[in-house]
Amino acid sequence: MLSYILRRLLVLIPTILGVTLLTFSLIRLIPGDPVEVMVGERTLNPELHAAALKRLGLDQPLYVQYGRYLGQLLKGDLGVSLKSQASVWSEFKALFPATLELAALALMIALLLGMVAGVMAAVKRGTWLDHTVMTAALTGYSMPIFWWGLVLILIFSVGLGWTPVSGRIDLLYDVPPQTGFMLWDAWLAQRADPELNSGAVWDAARHLILPSIVLGTIPLAVIARMTRSSMLEVLREDYVRTARAKGLSPARVIFVHTLRNALIPVLTVVGLQVGTLMGGAVLTETIFSWPGIGKWLIDAIGRRDYPVVQNGILLVATLVILTNFVVDILYGVANPRIRVQ
Amino acid sequence: MNFGELWRAFAQNKGAVVGLFFMTIVGLLAIFAPWVAPHSPIEQYRSNFLQAPVWSDGGSWQFLLGTDELGRDLLSRLIHGARLSLLVGLVSVVLALIPGVTLGLTSAFADKWVDALIMRAMDIMMALPSLLLAVAIMAILGPGLLNAMIAISLVSLPAYVRLVRASAMAELQRDYVTAARLSGARTLRLMFVTVLPNCTAPLIVHATMSFSAAILEIAALGFLGLGVQPPLPEWGTMLASARDYIESAWWVVTLPGLTILLSVLAINLVGDGLRDALDPKLKSAS
Repeated sequence: MLSYILRRLLVLIPTILGVTLLTFSLIRLIPGDPVEVMVGERTLNPELHAAALKRLGLDQPLYVQYGRYLGQLLKGDLGVSLKSQASVWSEFKALFPATLELAALALMIALLLGMVAGVMAAVKRGTWLDHTVMTAALTGYSMPIFWWGLVLILIFSVGLGWTPVSGRIDLLYDVPPQTGFMLWDAWLAQRADPELNSGAVWDAARHLILPSIVLGTIPLAVIARMTRSSMLEVLREDYVRTARAKGLSPARVIFVHTLRNALIPVLTVVGLQVGTLMGGAVLTETIFSWPGIGKWLIDAIGRRDYPVVQNGILLVATLVILTNFVVDILYGVANPRIRVQ
Repeated sequence: MNFGELWRAFAQNKGAVVGLFFMTIVGLLAIFAPWVAPHSPIEQYRSNFLQAPVWSDGGSWQFLLGTDELGRDLLSRLIHGARLSLLVGLVSVVLALIPGVTLGLTSAFADKWVDALIMRAMDIMMALPSLLLAVAIMAILGPGLLNAMIAISLVSLPAYVRLVRASAMAELQRDYVTAARLSGARTLRLMFVTVLPNCTAPLIVHATMSFSAAILEIAALGFLGLGVQPPLPEWGTMLASARDYIESAWWVVTLPGLTILLSVLAINLVGDGLRDALDPKLKSAS
């Protein structure tokens, strides 16, 4: 097992290095004056321009610049946002819990509903239930989620008035950021000041529900389809027939003998969904004005804040790579045959 | 497998036939847009801002699906938008298919280190969420139709490379490849004439799926303001400008999105049908 983990770790290093090369090139491929791109200042006088060029090391050959960039990254220096002058890392750290809270709930919804739907469809294969679930799953998979968000707002916020249109919590509440997770912070605030903040947790939950449904839609569809096909495959195995022939109850055959083995491919798919979630977060956070990483990056692109764009993308990519690494390891734990390959 | 057999296998899947029928109509509307659309997609009727569709209060037969915030006919914009979306889908599939096939075959045939180099590069591209990568590329290239097509095809490249490589590797073990090699076929001939035709089935299915993904991505880029620029009637761009009227005019929000959803769904249905027809092994698994 240890050698398996080490082998996966070794593949990780060139991949992350490659991503740094990508983000390094990214900012240099942007047309226009590099000083303007990096500092955001326009029409500097030639003297200041030359000084900035030197300070940023842009007068050096490219490989020296790349070496410097790597050196800075190793020291944990991710640059400074042109807009706020705050370090990119501190901005990321402050906003990331918002995205994590959203993505975690989205993934939970997707896993729970997706697995239940997939198992039901597989067990009732060929019935109207199977067809309904699969049609719904293909529709979800084809969903333009930015539109889906607008439709849900139209129905539940504008029409029925059940949920708020945007943000994470009503401004009426005084919720100091402690953990960065709004549900948790609201609970702490509500406990600290029950009178002023009564109902804060409920309000945070109401803000969270639509965005997480929107973000969870595509993973939900993918997980439902995958669970179904994986279940169908395992249901054909000899050991399932044996379990049935032994006279075990159908529920035991499905949940103990089949589902456990069917979950292995589903697990890999869940790992791949982390990328989908981060991409979807860009759209979901834009629609719901959710102050997370996705909206941060899009706003940064909009105002040409390239240090944020460059290292924000690097951070997100690293996160996706690390998650997939963890999923790989879990996959190895769940299925010992993988380890020797 | 000849065409008749393929069609018979495909026609067994009713959803796929419905999808194909729907896409044929959308395709025809796109081709004949200037003749089919009742109005010009960019003409602004100043006295008809945000007019409701014909079946609801305040609607008229002049504008079947109503008008948008600048008084432009929604139906005509949707029909012309089909041109853009299908064009983007088609071009970005071709732009990803050609280098994807070439790199994938190279990876399967070339030395181990070339293979490793190509595959690591693809791993890196896959590490970035596709929409984020597309957004990053658009940040460099700047918004616009052509740039969006380049971004979308770059994003979909790794999947093609991996697919072609995997199918080619499986074919390389077969006797007919050894026979061709022994009879003196050169590498290029082996790659494109001997092996490639036997990898087409999964490739066709994947191309169909990435066609629908491209339509979703161009709409998403348009929605974020990075794709096709107004006043061009691209479906996602239309949604972006409609957002402000969500409370007063449901049709400007609902209809473009519904068009995207139905088109993408139809293409995915066709893709599912093609997979069942071309690859019976996969069918039994799903």
